[in-house]
Amino acid sequence: MDTIIWSRIQFAMTAAYHWLFVPLTLGLALVMAVMETLYVVKKDDFWKKAAQFWMKLFAVNFAVGIATGLILEFEFGTNWSNYSWFVGDMFGAPLAIEGILAFFMEATFFAVMFFGWNKVSKRFHLASTWLTGIGATISAYWILVANGWMQNPVGTTFNPDTVRSEMASATAFWEVITNPVAVSKFFHSITSGWVTGGIFVVGVSAWYLLKGRHRDFAIKSIIIGGLVGLAGSAAVMLSGDSSGVHAAEFQPMKLAAAEGLEDGGRGAAFTIVPGVKVPRMLSILATHDPDGYVPGINDILNGYTDNEGNVVPSVAEKMAGGRVALDALAVYREQKDSDPEVAAQALAVLEENVRYMGYGHLEKPEDVVPPVGVVFWAFRFMIGFGMLTALVLLLSVWFGWKDKLPKMRWLMWAAIVCIPLTYIAGQCGWIVAEVGRQPWTIQGLLPVNVAISSLSAGAVKTTFFLFLAVFAMFLVIEIRIMLGAIKKGPGTVEPEKA
Amino acid sequence: MSYEFLQNYWWCLIALLGGLLVALMFVQGANLHLGNRQLSDLQKRMVLNSTGRKWELTFTTLVTFGGAFFASFPLFYSTSFGGAYWVWVLLLISFVFQAVAYEFQHKKGNLLGVKGFRIALIINGILAPFLVGTAVGTFFTGSPFTVDKVAITDPSAPIISTWGSPWHGLEALGQPYAVLLGCTLVFLTAILGALYVLSNIDDEAIHTQMRRTVKIAAIPFLVFFLAWALLNLLAEGYAYDAEGTISLQMLKYFANLMQMPAVLVMLLAGVVLVLLGIWKGAFTKSRNGFWFAAPGTVLVVMAVFFLAGFNGTAYYPSSSDLQSSLTIRNSSSSYFTLKVMSWVSLLIPFVVAYIAYAWRQMDRRKITQDEIKEEEHKY
Repeated sequence: MDTIIWSRIQFAMTAAYHWLFVPLTLGLALVMAVMETLYVVKKDDFWKKAAQFWMKLFAVNFAVGIATGLILEFEFGTNWSNYSWFVGDMFGAPLAIEGILAFFMEATFFAVMFFGWNKVSKRFHLASTWLTGIGATISAYWILVANGWMQNPVGTTFNPDTVRSEMASATAFWEVITNPVAVSKFFHSITSGWVTGGIFVVGVSAWYLLKGRHRDFAIKSIIIGGLVGLAGSAAVMLSGDSSGVHAAEFQPMKLAAAEGLEDGGRGAAFTIVPGVKVPRMLSILATHDPDGYVPGINDILNGYTDNEGNVVPSVAEKMAGGRVALDALAVYREQKDSDPEVAAQALAVLEENVRYMGYGHLEKPEDVVPPVGVVFWAFRFMIGFGMLTALVLLLSVWFGWKDKLPKMRWLMWAAIVCIPLTYIAGQCGWIVAEVGRQPWTIQGLLPVNVAISSLSAGAVKTTFFLFLAVFAMFLVIEIRIMLGAIKKGPGTVEPEKA
Repeated sequence: MSYEFLQNYWWCLIALLGGLLVALMFVQGANLHLGNRQLSDLQKRMVLNSTGRKWELTFTTLVTFGGAFFASFPLFYSTSFGGAYWVWVLLLISFVFQAVAYEFQHKKGNLLGVKGFRIALIINGILAPFLVGTAVGTFFTGSPFTVDKVAITDPSAPIISTWGSPWHGLEALGQPYAVLLGCTLVFLTAILGALYVLSNIDDEAIHTQMRRTVKIAAIPFLVFFLAWALLNLLAEGYAYDAEGTISLQMLKYFANLMQMPAVLVMLLAGVVLVLLGIWKGAFTKSRNGFWFAAPGTVLVVMAVFFLAGFNGTAYYPSSSDLQSSLTIRNSSSSYFTLKVMSWVSLLIPFVVAYIAYAWRQMDRRKITQDEIKEEEHKY
């Protein structure tokens, strides 16, 4: 039991840390690439200096993103051994492809971008800057294909001979990479990175304006960064909408938890905060139909009929089916070589119940309910801070364009405050996505309690605190170096230690 | 394409990635010179910037090696990483420090100081090749694990792969045959690192130091490598038959070498290239020894993987339960997964091409003292 909890805490911590660095990488990459393009097109050295300044901050952040990402990838094996075998056939491929197609691109062109200013041609350098960002984006796509598959495991069948979920057919991989959950997750995550990069650039520039420094650089950066952030905000909202529809379709419990919806029904209301409701709004968001049926937590526990008229059995029934499947699997494995007839019977029973096999690992029906309070509030903070940031970005670009910004000190302060708020929004988004699908590592197929490695809780605790200490130190160092570089400002050599 | 063909093909790719990983660990080997007292601080910084432009490739190859192993032979990933926990955690921690050491080292506010991060790079320079080598060493000696797939139906103990030693991987340090390979890699990467720096930096004093390193490291490298190779070729090996039943067989790896002449040729060609690289670096005026030793390393490592996994050999043997041993047949992904990934792998030459192009563009001009003094973009 303890090993399960600590494995989860460790993975959550690693993932949360990783997501502190990734969104800025995605967003700043685009800002830098746009600025360097302006430099090459307009032949104006101003844009070169501007791009180089943001690149300096990018590099500090990039390094820690790589470090945390390495741990994350290998933790699937070290701490989720059963998971790695049970779904490695589905989950491993996107990871391998991410390495081959994306990481090498990032690694190769990052080095050219960072060191190549005086070594390669202007055009090759510009291409390298773009390719670094494109590499990061492609990488995000593949890892989110993997994550999307955990939320909505398409294209797979259980193979009793290998005891794992396998690629079902020649076309199954296509289903995996076009999984609607993965696609909207990709757009949602990537563009939330643009928002992070955008507000980071706007906030840092706002600080210069407040201090009366680098006025020209700051205003131009605010416009470019603000536009990138705004484009991101718009796309985040659109993809957030489809994420809601997908949750309703594939993970109704996640949606019910995010809404704190005990009992659902037709024409369900959306709760803004407890006590403030918008009639029918939840049905509209979840099903795009004001009369659509949205199941609540109790409906899912007790069984219900969905919008297509399908009867969804209660969790207790699913668990009973799952236990039958697991028992049949055990019989099949034992008798496979000795008594083919018994084995064939067991196989038939297994096939009939296999779709609920994951439920067979649960102890009680209530296990399928995630921590509702956490998911409910994370969802609201995500949307609230995201909306606020979008508004601040809009105002910053507008008044920056009108050249009225330096007089609007409150807006400058708001932009600075929105930097941490955007990070919190991003973290909250992942809390909704990942805590909201508890107890499943793979929705409906594999709960966390059978996904772990055979390790003592003490071992996992030790590595947890080890990683925590290392990552915390890196974060402190990163922030110190960044603040130092920001204080120095653009166009100067970075602070050197003797 | 048959299932067997795909399994073989992916074992070849794993071997290739393993070979590239070891060759690219020249970064680790070269970083040992950050502790070389014969070099001035500026010269150390030149070394740092030389490897600093390449470390991401090594790192990425490590990640891709892990990812590809996961995708093509997931039972190895779940058994070894979850079982030999501490070995992998140590390796990862050393790489995590390495990943930030370049960027943080000369920045104000880095808490650990220049020295702290240099020590981290040196530790990584020793630990990474040593642990990778020792882990690959256990491909021949075996590890104490059991694999029981029915376990997943048992609610009280549902874990499929379990490790028999409470040391969770560190017990490999007690296996001399495995440790010998770890030591071999430490000296091999030191040689590769010295040869790379020799080719990438224009500085007489550094050249002298690098040639000295090649000379000094060559002897222990050869001793460890030959000892490891001979002991393993003469040892019992883990064979499997047509039914997948695993048995111990005398002189199994020697038999593999004789029965797979192509692998024998690879191994010999690789060894000759490495020796040629060493000779060029140690005893001639040539600066291109790296371009012999590195491809030689790739060939040798690939041959080692082939000896471990082909010709009916269990590549990840279990010393506690023979039938739990992993073979490329019983540990691989499904037919469709291997097939899809094989299509994707056709893009690898394209990836190699752009890496080669960028490498040439960046290394055209050698690193000089003036560059490190004047260049704004440096580590």
